[in-house]
Amino acid sequence: MWLKRRREQLLSILLVLPSLLALFAFVYGFIGWTGYVSFSNWNRLVPDYTFVGWTNYERLFQNPRFLITLRNLGVFTGVFVGGSIVLGFLLAVLLDRRIRAEGFFRTVYLYPLALSFIVTGVVWRWLLNPGSPQMGSAGVNQLLEMLGLGFLKSGWYTDPRVGIISVAVAAVWQMSGYVMAMYLAGLRGIPEELREAARVDGASELGIYRFVVLPLLRPITFGALIVLGHISLKVYDLVVAMTGPGPGFSCDVPAYFMWEITFRANRFGQGAGVAVILLLIVSLLIVPYLRLSLRREVEV
Amino acid sequence: MRRTVIGVLVGLVVVGLLGLGQAGTPLVLTHASSLQNVALTILGDAALAPAIMRATNSKALVDATFYRISRLDEVIPAGAKLFIPEKTWAQAFLAVWDPTRVEELFGGGKLVVASWWTAGGEAEGLEALFRLYRELHPDVVIVNATVAGGAGFVFKAVLKPRLIAGDPPDTFQLHAGLEVEGYSPEVYLRPLDDLYAIFGWDKVFPPDLLELMLYKGHYWGVPVNIHRSNVLWYSKEIFARYDLKPPANWEEFFQICEFLKGQGIVPITLANAGGWEAPHLFETILASTLTPEEYRGLWTGATPWTHPGVTRALEIFKKILDYVNVDYAAHTWDTVLEYIAAGRGAMNIMGDWAMGWFMAKGVDVGWAPVPGTQGVFVALSDTFAFPKRAANPINVMGWLAVCGSKEGQIAFNMLKGSIPARTDITPEEKAQFSPYLQSCMEDWARDAIVPSVMHGAAAPESWVVDFKDAINLFLVTRDVAGTQAALVAAAKAALGK
Repeated sequence: MWLKRRREQLLSILLVLPSLLALFAFVYGFIGWTGYVSFSNWNRLVPDYTFVGWTNYERLFQNPRFLITLRNLGVFTGVFVGGSIVLGFLLAVLLDRRIRAEGFFRTVYLYPLALSFIVTGVVWRWLLNPGSPQMGSAGVNQLLEMLGLGFLKSGWYTDPRVGIISVAVAAVWQMSGYVMAMYLAGLRGIPEELREAARVDGASELGIYRFVVLPLLRPITFGALIVLGHISLKVYDLVVAMTGPGPGFSCDVPAYFMWEITFRANRFGQGAGVAVILLLIVSLLIVPYLRLSLRREVEV
Repeated sequence: MRRTVIGVLVGLVVVGLLGLGQAGTPLVLTHASSLQNVALTILGDAALAPAIMRATNSKALVDATFYRISRLDEVIPAGAKLFIPEKTWAQAFLAVWDPTRVEELFGGGKLVVASWWTAGGEAEGLEALFRLYRELHPDVVIVNATVAGGAGFVFKAVLKPRLIAGDPPDTFQLHAGLEVEGYSPEVYLRPLDDLYAIFGWDKVFPPDLLELMLYKGHYWGVPVNIHRSNVLWYSKEIFARYDLKPPANWEEFFQICEFLKGQGIVPITLANAGGWEAPHLFETILASTLTPEEYRGLWTGATPWTHPGVTRALEIFKKILDYVNVDYAAHTWDTVLEYIAAGRGAMNIMGDWAMGWFMAKGVDVGWAPVPGTQGVFVALSDTFAFPKRAANPINVMGWLAVCGSKEGQIAFNMLKGSIPARTDITPEEKAQFSPYLQSCMEDWARDAIVPSVMHGAAAPESWVVDFKDAINLFLVTRDVAGTQAALVAAAKAALGK
């Protein structure tokens, strides 16, 4: 009996071992190597692993462009995550009213998720093309003009004040349907009796959402936050396809900057430094989530 | 070695390609002979036998009448049809060939050519070079590996990891000048000094260009063309309507700008979606506020970046920004020219590849040097480099021979919209080019030549990025003193002083 269990244990370890080894080599190994490169003097095409301490990080934080990308990343994450969650929730609530042709609308809202960020970027580059007084407006600006809302026209991604927000708008368009699907599943899981009970107790419809539905949906909100959060921290393709770094780097993000400083300027050490900083930011988001989910598993 | 094989019959002469330094002649042996004897008799050097073997086998792959040679020490039977390459080609073969690579003697294989030439004009020019190459080496399969993007900034980023990994394309596009520093040529590229000597390129390319090509005392690329970066393009229609003359200096330029702004026309169109177009404009302003020597000195450390000419250039640039189209950040260098095509924009400052675009769209434009740069030619040149670990070195050598040849340069540049780098272009050949290119050739011969920054000639890549970033930030901050300080810091980081 004991021997049999022992053999099963051994077998399971053996089965997991190859993927575990690959994981350590190709994920954690490379993370470690990137960290090592970020402290090295590799700032030409030829690798140079001389240890230089914090020099690369110092240079990065002296670079105004890097600081701008960090700020942009904050703005982008705020607008994108906030916008997607609010919009996704509203869409879910509306669809949850058992409207006619719900399946059709659900598909329509979810569909952008099937596109890649590259496609989204190209489409929104055209939609948010600012146009000019001499050549006429295009896309959204033209629409606003036709609706008599010309005063709302904006330079969008060509305006340094709103540049990164326009990129976030495109990302919200793509991901809010996904958040909607998550919330819709959650809403369908809330038993009607709970709402009935709240109604009997005299709660308003708004109050039901505030005190019954939202608290019950908290795990879903948390899950959406994690998924959207790490997408937003990694954003690169959308920026490449839609705007590039933008005027005065107003659309620039750390991932794009990392690519350029590494492969354009040959500063591999500094590029690795950006990667490490991005990893730290992502871990701020992921580590609490991991701790939470691990704890929950233990409780179960 | 006995000079016994005398009864050699020279066969049909391939017409038309002689003089390329890379054509050759078929030859039918009347007596059995060793390859070394053939090489000694025809080319005057028995050591060139491997070149004959390779050239003949290449032909045999596509033409069954040629004899297929299987060993270097084979005795070739009488009646066998060989292909004798020209002596320069044979010497170049010997210079490049690694004797341990026997497979190279059998011809065929691939030639992977990497470039960023995908747009109109440039793609056709590249295809013209391919056509010439295929005529000479029909046994080789050309792989056109392009990565789109103006000034090649995406291309370079894709190429570098492949060089480090030891899996480079066979040859790739490289701007003449210090751009090569970014590829660490002493490690990853093959110096081309021997090919320069064999093909005589060190005599046919102009001394200014040769000096630009030298890095660490070696040549690393073969130039195919010359482009000019400091050209002011203007709408002939608008200038005629208001009776304007192309501005000779910045005062006149701003007068015209002010006037056109009042007419509801964009005075000067600007693009910057790629992030290099505005810095490109700035480098041409630098060439106007500094003398050619001072401008060159900026990149060698002889001229400090605190120079008042730099301050003045930033001030001019700042003023220009008041007269540009509002949507410049959404335009690439070519899409913004639509303003001029539509008669809504009057002027543009861009390199002369813009001429190809105007010609394709049928827009009648005038050209002049950027104000204040009369007699100055801000130059850039595209070259092809030879990675040390190229998989098909002999094919690369043949490719570089086509690139450096007169026929190659004429065929390429007529379509690309640039001028040949070679100096031995005859007046009749010149007359085949467009009026703009003819005027450009005259300027090239007469003007002071200074290197372009944004197109890789003047400074290494890391400096170009710092320069570009400082100017991109300037577009929003418009802070002259701060930007000049950033430019000083960039120079200090690059020059180490």
